[in-house]
Amino acid sequence: MAANGQKSDKKTDYQGKMHNLQKDMIGRYYDSLTACAEGKGGKAVYMMISGNPVELIQAFDMIPVYPEVNALQLAVKKQALPLILEAEEMGYSTDNCAYVKADIGMYFKGRKTPFATIPEPDLILCNYVGCNVYLQWFEHLAQYSGREIYNLDIPFSRTLTDEPSEEDLNYVVKQLEEIIEVCERITGKSLDYKKLQRIVELSGETGALWCEIKKLTMCRPSPFDSYFDSVTMMAPLYCLRGTEDGLWFFQEAYKEMKARADRHEGPLPEEKFRFVIEGPPPWPYLRQFRDMFSRWGAVAVASTYSTVGGIWEFGFRHDPMRPLESIAKHMLQFNLTNRNFIQRYKQIKDYVEQWNADALVIHSVKSCRLFSAGQGDMREYFTKELNVPTLLIESDLEDPRYFSEAQLRNRVDAFFESLEHRKMLVAK
Amino acid sequence: MIYAAGVDVGSTQTKAIVLSEERKIIGRALINTGAFVSQAAERAFKEAAKDAGIPAEDIAYVVGTGYGRYKVNFGNAQITEISCHARGAKFLFPKTQTVIDMGGQDAKGIRVGPDGDVKDFVMNDKCAAGTGRFLSNAADTLSVSLDDIGPISLTGKKPVRLSTVCAVFVESDIMSYLAEGKTMPDILAGVHSAIAARTIALVRRVGIEPEVSFTGGVSRNIGMVKALEEKLKLPVNVCDDSHYIGAIGAALFALERAVAGVTEIKDVQMNTEPGKAPLIMPTLPGTHAAQ
Repeated sequence: MAANGQKSDKKTDYQGKMHNLQKDMIGRYYDSLTACAEGKGGKAVYMMISGNPVELIQAFDMIPVYPEVNALQLAVKKQALPLILEAEEMGYSTDNCAYVKADIGMYFKGRKTPFATIPEPDLILCNYVGCNVYLQWFEHLAQYSGREIYNLDIPFSRTLTDEPSEEDLNYVVKQLEEIIEVCERITGKSLDYKKLQRIVELSGETGALWCEIKKLTMCRPSPFDSYFDSVTMMAPLYCLRGTEDGLWFFQEAYKEMKARADRHEGPLPEEKFRFVIEGPPPWPYLRQFRDMFSRWGAVAVASTYSTVGGIWEFGFRHDPMRPLESIAKHMLQFNLTNRNFIQRYKQIKDYVEQWNADALVIHSVKSCRLFSAGQGDMREYFTKELNVPTLLIESDLEDPRYFSEAQLRNRVDAFFESLEHRKMLVAK
Repeated sequence: MIYAAGVDVGSTQTKAIVLSEERKIIGRALINTGAFVSQAAERAFKEAAKDAGIPAEDIAYVVGTGYGRYKVNFGNAQITEISCHARGAKFLFPKTQTVIDMGGQDAKGIRVGPDGDVKDFVMNDKCAAGTGRFLSNAADTLSVSLDDIGPISLTGKKPVRLSTVCAVFVESDIMSYLAEGKTMPDILAGVHSAIAARTIALVRRVGIEPEVSFTGGVSRNIGMVKALEEKLKLPVNVCDDSHYIGAIGAALFALERAVAGVTEIKDVQMNTEPGKAPLIMPTLPGTHAAQ
């Protein structure tokens, strides 16, 4: 039964109040985008998910717009393919990232989507340069829209210790100061430092709750699926982080998930396998993909994808006393895509060990060669070095043409058949 | 007497095997799958029962495998061909540690555990390179029958080097070699060598340990057997029943379940009430290896 008495949606009922709250809040967020597009106020800032400095944007009451989130929403609503084809007709290659193509296609189709009209950007803030394709995506958008672009240069993580150097930190802080000047010019307001501190404080509290929520999946059974259900919590984390609403969402989500954990309830009637998953989900076929695992009683207890916008579960918190430094740290260090492979391996290893997982599943995506490159080695490392059963499967996060249900299902089924056998040997 | 059957519905052919309680193969059938998958499965099953000389109703348990396994409507359970190939190969060749399976659309490598269980596996992804389809396209282009290309390839003296392993573009590659005056045996030797190299590179990802058993429809092709052996520098197990191995594995699973008296197997359903957990019957460990 849906918590707020709305019409029951069987598939998501078990997600309860959190799901409906998310729908409501993100609905309002999208309404603000439409209002902005219709000239009813607001300044839109296009940003990347990876290590987003949304706090700065919120401090100027500007509206964060994430082309990636829009692209994935289009995919979930099965609207992506015509837009991808539109971009391919323009000359974008079939090998190009389908997020880019869906977004560019949507841009030229009048920016109208089933969930919102996407406003033209007032500022294009490329806050992640680890992906060269993304950099060019935003440069294209700048060219098409004729609007201002600021490319933040975030040095890639190059240390084994995890810690960014003092120089890297200062370098990013300096750029954030430049962005403040840009935002002041665009909005005609000067930065209210106290307000920024409050926003950063809210982000810190939100991150702390998100961390607690993610630790709940250490329970048996896991109270929610850390891949398929975390997705529900990711949109508020990016679009509403640093707001009172965002904090409230995570307070409610924590309460609900904690209560489920206390009642020993999981997303499935029976938790037979616990797995860690790497890589983004195939958005056009999310439900089919989930079912492939559910029918085996398999629950994701941790996912790297839920950390693309930031990693909080290993202790990072935004600090209101050092707002710019902590935003810089978030961007440099506590964001999955800025991490090197050794750090990524360690993160997954920690998940497998601390969350007591039986296996690792790697969902490689055709769109993102940058992020998928090396996943073959990752599979080798986990199967051969750590003896963690690992499944590597491939489709795409946006382009439905790369999702071959029979092939994927075959691999998933075979993998769990062999895991079942291992379990039996242990039980004997 | 308990009988059990395995039906392997592949992309090209459907195979069925009937086993007796003593794990003896008493019936087999092989037909083309065609467009009507359910009918093909049922027909193969009935033919295998007929071949075994028993009424189909006497077969206590049927396991479906292969891409069409969910179309084995009359069956009791479905198990992937990956598990079935591992089990079947271990049954026919008890020292198997690695399985190379080449079917109509799939090429896979399986590391097999001591029980005939799957330790690890890899498959080709969304590309028919290195599969039976590649060979049948090559055969079509050269207007020779699929059964003949293997033996012809063995007579090649100077295998050509193909510029592609793409099952579609192989056609133009072959045409250009024909235009250059290369002989059919040399071209076919090149085709087999290219596919063998591609498949071995794939299987290496799981590690190749002897003994290696070669399964799937392509295992009937002597040219491919030789090409694999040459590149692996290892003998490769094949026998007359090699392309039935998926169905044999399925039948072994079926027999174990029939003997154990397992009747119904259900998936975990997301929407069922908590506390009423449906059962997933595990794929039982093989007993053959222990004997």
